Order: sequence, then C-alpha cells, then structure tokens
Amino acid sequence: MPEPKRRRVGSGNAFWAGLALPGVAWLCLFFLLPFYVILCVALGTVDPIFQTPAPEWNPLAWNTAAFEFVFESLFTSGAAFQTVFLRTFLYVAIATALSLLIAYPVAYLVARHGGRWKSLLLLGLIAPFFISYLMRMLAWINLLQDDGWVNDVLIWVGILDAPRNWLDGRASSVIIGLIYGYVPFMILPLYAFLDRIDRSLLEAARDLGASPMQAFRLVTLPLSMPAILAGIVIIALPMFGDYYTPDLLASSPNTSMIGNQIYLYIRGGQQIPVGAALVVVLMLFLAVLMGYYLVSTARAQRRLGG
Amino acid sequence: MTTLEASVKQAPRPLARIRDWWANPWGKPRFLVLFTLLYLAWSIVPILIAIRFSFNEGRSRSTAQGWSLRWYLDDPDLSVRHDPDLRAALFQSLQLAAIAVLVTVPLGVALAIGLTRWRGRVAGSARAISLLTLVTPEIVMGTAFLLVFTHLLRFIELGTVAQAIGHITFSLVFVLIILRGRLLSIGPEYEEAARDLGASGLQAIRLALLPMLVPAIVASGIVVFAISMDDFVISQFLSSGTTTDTVPVRIYGTGRTAPTPALNALATLTLILTIAIALVGFLLWRVVRATRGQSGSTVAEFATLDAESVR
Repeated sequence: MPEPKRRRVGSGNAFWAGLALPGVAWLCLFFLLPFYVILCVALGTVDPIFQTPAPEWNPLAWNTAAFEFVFESLFTSGAAFQTVFLRTFLYVAIATALSLLIAYPVAYLVARHGGRWKSLLLLGLIAPFFISYLMRMLAWINLLQDDGWVNDVLIWVGILDAPRNWLDGRASSVIIGLIYGYVPFMILPLYAFLDRIDRSLLEAARDLGASPMQAFRLVTLPLSMPAILAGIVIIALPMFGDYYTPDLLASSPNTSMIGNQIYLYIRGGQQIPVGAALVVVLMLFLAVLMGYYLVSTARAQRRLGG
Repeated sequence: MTTLEASVKQAPRPLARIRDWWANPWGKPRFLVLFTLLYLAWSIVPILIAIRFSFNEGRSRSTAQGWSLRWYLDDPDLSVRHDPDLRAALFQSLQLAAIAVLVTVPLGVALAIGLTRWRGRVAGSARAISLLTLVTPEIVMGTAFLLVFTHLLRFIELGTVAQAIGHITFSLVFVLIILRGRLLSIGPEYEEAARDLGASGLQAIRLALLPMLVPAIVASGIVVFAISMDDFVISQFLSSGTTTDTVPVRIYGTGRTAPTPALNALATLTLILTIAIALVGFLLWRVVRATRGQSGSTVAEFATLDAESVR
C-alpha cells in the first residue's frame, strides 16, 4: 500500500489545477487570444476592394503601416492624434486630482467619524454602484439642458444673465461629468483602507504631543499613500478609455478623447487597423499604471499570506 | 441629548446655534461633516431629479408638469410599455445579467478554489491574467472582443451570445477576488480534515468548503448582476442592432438626439430592478451569514467586500 499522505498532496495539486482549468481556459480563449487578434489586425493589411481588415496571423509577415500612421500623427506637433492624446491626458489629470480632493475627505470622515451613522453613510457611498453610469450621465444631461435646472439656479442666483448651452462642447462639462462618474470608485477603496488604519498609532502620536493636524499629516497621510495611489490608478485607467462621457456631455470634436478616436476607427468601419494600432498604443501607455496596480496588489496579497 | 435640549432652548437665536455647533471643539470635524453631506447630495440629488421627470405629465425633462405614469404605461407609442425598442432594451439587460450570474458564479467559484489551493507558477500567472482583466480599460476589451468575433471565432455571431461571453469574461475576476478573500481566511484545514476522514476531493469541497463559502458566493452573485446591468462598452461593441441593445446602450443612443421622459422611465425601472435584486441578495446574504454564525455590522462588511472587489 502506498503511503497515503504523500499521495494526497501529489494528487491534490493536480486536483486543484483541474478545478481551475475551465476558468483558466476561458480566460485564455476570451482574453489572451483576443489580444493576439488585435495585434494581428493592427499589423495586418486592408482588403483593397471591400476595405475590410485582413488580419496577418503570421508574426513574420507583419505590416507596420498602421503603426507608422499612428506614430506620425502622434509625434507631429499639432497633428490630430497628438492633440487628442494631450487633451485626454489633461482631462484625466484634472479629473483625477479633483476626484482625490473630494474622495479623501469623504472617505476619511466615514471611516474615522462615521459613528452610528456609518451604515447609512456607507449606503450612500455604495448607491452609485447600483445606478448605471449611463443613467447618471442622463441625469446630468437633463440638468444641463438650455432650460435645465443648472441654468435656472445660476440665473436665479445672478451668476448668469441668460441660459448657457452647457452641452455644446465644453471641457468643463466633460471634466465635471468624469468626476461625477468616477469619484465613487475612488471613495470606497480609500474608505476600506482608512478604516483599517490602527488607531493606536494615532493615539501614540497625540500622546507624544502632536496636534490633530500633525497627527494626520505625519501618520494618517503617509500610511494611506498606497490607497491614494491605488485609487488614482483605479479611476485613471477607465477614464483613459472613456468615450461616452464626452459624447453625451459635449458631442463635439473639440472635446474628443482617445476613446472617441478608437471608437471612430473601430466602429466607423474605415481603417480598422488604425483603430487597433491606437488600442495597442493606449495599452502600452497605460502599462505603467497597470503594472503598478498588479505589483501592489501582489504585495498586499503576500502580506495577507496569500 | 444635551445638544438637543440646548438647541430647543436657544431656538429663537438660530444663527448663534449654528455658530456654537460649528465651533464645538469636542464634536466631529464640522467642515468634514458638511463636506460629506454636500457630496452625498451632489451624488444622489441629480438621480432623484431624473426619476422625478420620469413621472412627468408633459414631455419636458426639466419643467415639472404634474405627475403621471404616461411614460411608463399610458402613452400609446412612446411609453416603456409600448415602445418595442425600450422594452427590448430592458429585456436584453436582464437576460444578459441573468446569464452572466448563472455562468460566471460557478466558473469563478471553481477558479477561485483551484487557484487558491493550487500551489505553483502556473497558478500565479493565471491569477495575474485574471487581475489584468480588472485593469484593462473596457474600450480595449470591447475592441478585442469585436475583432476576435468578426475575424477569428466567426461562428460566434455578434449579439446576445457574444455579449454574454463578454460579460462573463469581465465579471469573472470579481467572483475570484471575493471568493479568494474568504478562502484565505478559512484556510485549508477543513477540507484536509474531511480528506483525512475519507472524503474524496469533490466530497471535501462539497461537504466541508462550499457551506462555508455560501455567503461569499451570494455576495459575488450580487456584484456580478450589478456590474452586468451597469455595463455599457462591451454591450455596445458586441450589439448586433436595436434588438440586442441594452438599457445603457439605449440611453447612449437617444440621450442626446431624441430624448423623452420615457428614457428616464426606462432608466428608473432598471435602477429599481437592480436595487430590488441586490436587496434580495443582500438579505439572503445576511441570513446565510447569520446562520453560519458570523456577526458584525453587515452593511460595513458588505461595503468593504464591494471595495475589495474594486481594488
């Protein structure tokens, strides 16, 4: 008879691998493989008659025309893609910074001073997760119309003399929309982290003579740095791929972002390889942010003993 | 209570009362309280206004014109009940969310158990790949799916099947994260004990592990349902026309061009359905969690769970 314990460990590992197999196969088939297809389309050719893309499956025969087109427009000052990339970067940077200024105080208050209202406050913070992003944008379209409530209020207060058209391509409308749309996704992880900070550290700081502000600046803020960075990454990544917020709140080429360009090329049907090349360039650009996220998550998991 | 009594006594001098309340150094940081309340108002009031206009008697979405169910039921052409496009959108959203929950949860639970207990380099890479789906912008995934279904896996036509595959793929990681957190806190001792007592591998999972995972499984089901209902990009990229447009796709399509309060009504119905199903799930989760002897503030724990799945 074989020794039972060894057999259990040995066959156990294969058993666990078998359990994971369907999920892993799914991810390979529907996540990794599609990425290879993007590459093959971006590095393929276009059918001369039907203008449909002809993917090149063989890496040795890849054709870089689409990438050359993208890079030329990207590195010529004033060219279309460069303008759009810079604008996207600017919008995302402003929206992320303002989101942090909103998210941190709210998360801090609920985590530290929520008291008996904590559950209710949390409910308010989770609510946007159950309301479709598009519905939340629709709510703002209603408010920002010519005869909408925003104009009514601003005229009543006396800031405006006549109704202003907020939806005709204003950067401010797009940025406010982005903040409104993404800030809840930053608050919740910040809350979860701030809630776990050991209060005895703060008590120690206060006992050693720090004022509440100093205790915050010297203890809480440095400790919450990883959560701040994670929050930034969590909302900046989807913002870089957003095309619906500018479409709904501005629908003008003056506020078009990278996402709008990709959408135009991929769904417009013309020059799909250029769209695919833009996607690859966007991914490479975001790789730094995504890499940071993966490494920090792995580190956090190791701390948890995972 | 003392502040309440004081405020009643000082009722004739509201300004002084507000000043005292603001300056009270022993209370909560007043500025932060005010800031948080303002944030919550900013976050929720626009939605309430949108819901109010779905009940408008008239066509306007900015002037209150009485109350009616015209845009839900009564209008013969434009109401959610009579406009075939709006009805189809609601059905498609619910159908996709149901498929996503039914496929993703079992697939994800098996993946989570396997990847958590399976030691090895392959398991690590598989985990990294699944986390990658979490940080990949949706437009990148949408493009990837669209190209793979139009150029390589052509037997999968655009429409419901392609959309369902998309929803399952991006929601898988949420099940993985939620279940993994619970699995790590349970530890491998229980199923090892079951194995020592003679259970087979599957029996050990079914009899020892799964009962302890039920709350996490219910929670992951709610999360998958909510993100599937919320999804816009994948649904739009893989839609084959108005019959497979979901509610968010419909809102995008007509939000700026031809909006009537019926669109608000459609969005409101979707919201009510999502919240109702999430609420049922939440209550179920609370019951199973209580019967398993876990305690603590349920809302707080659920929020942390939600945050973990975002992080």
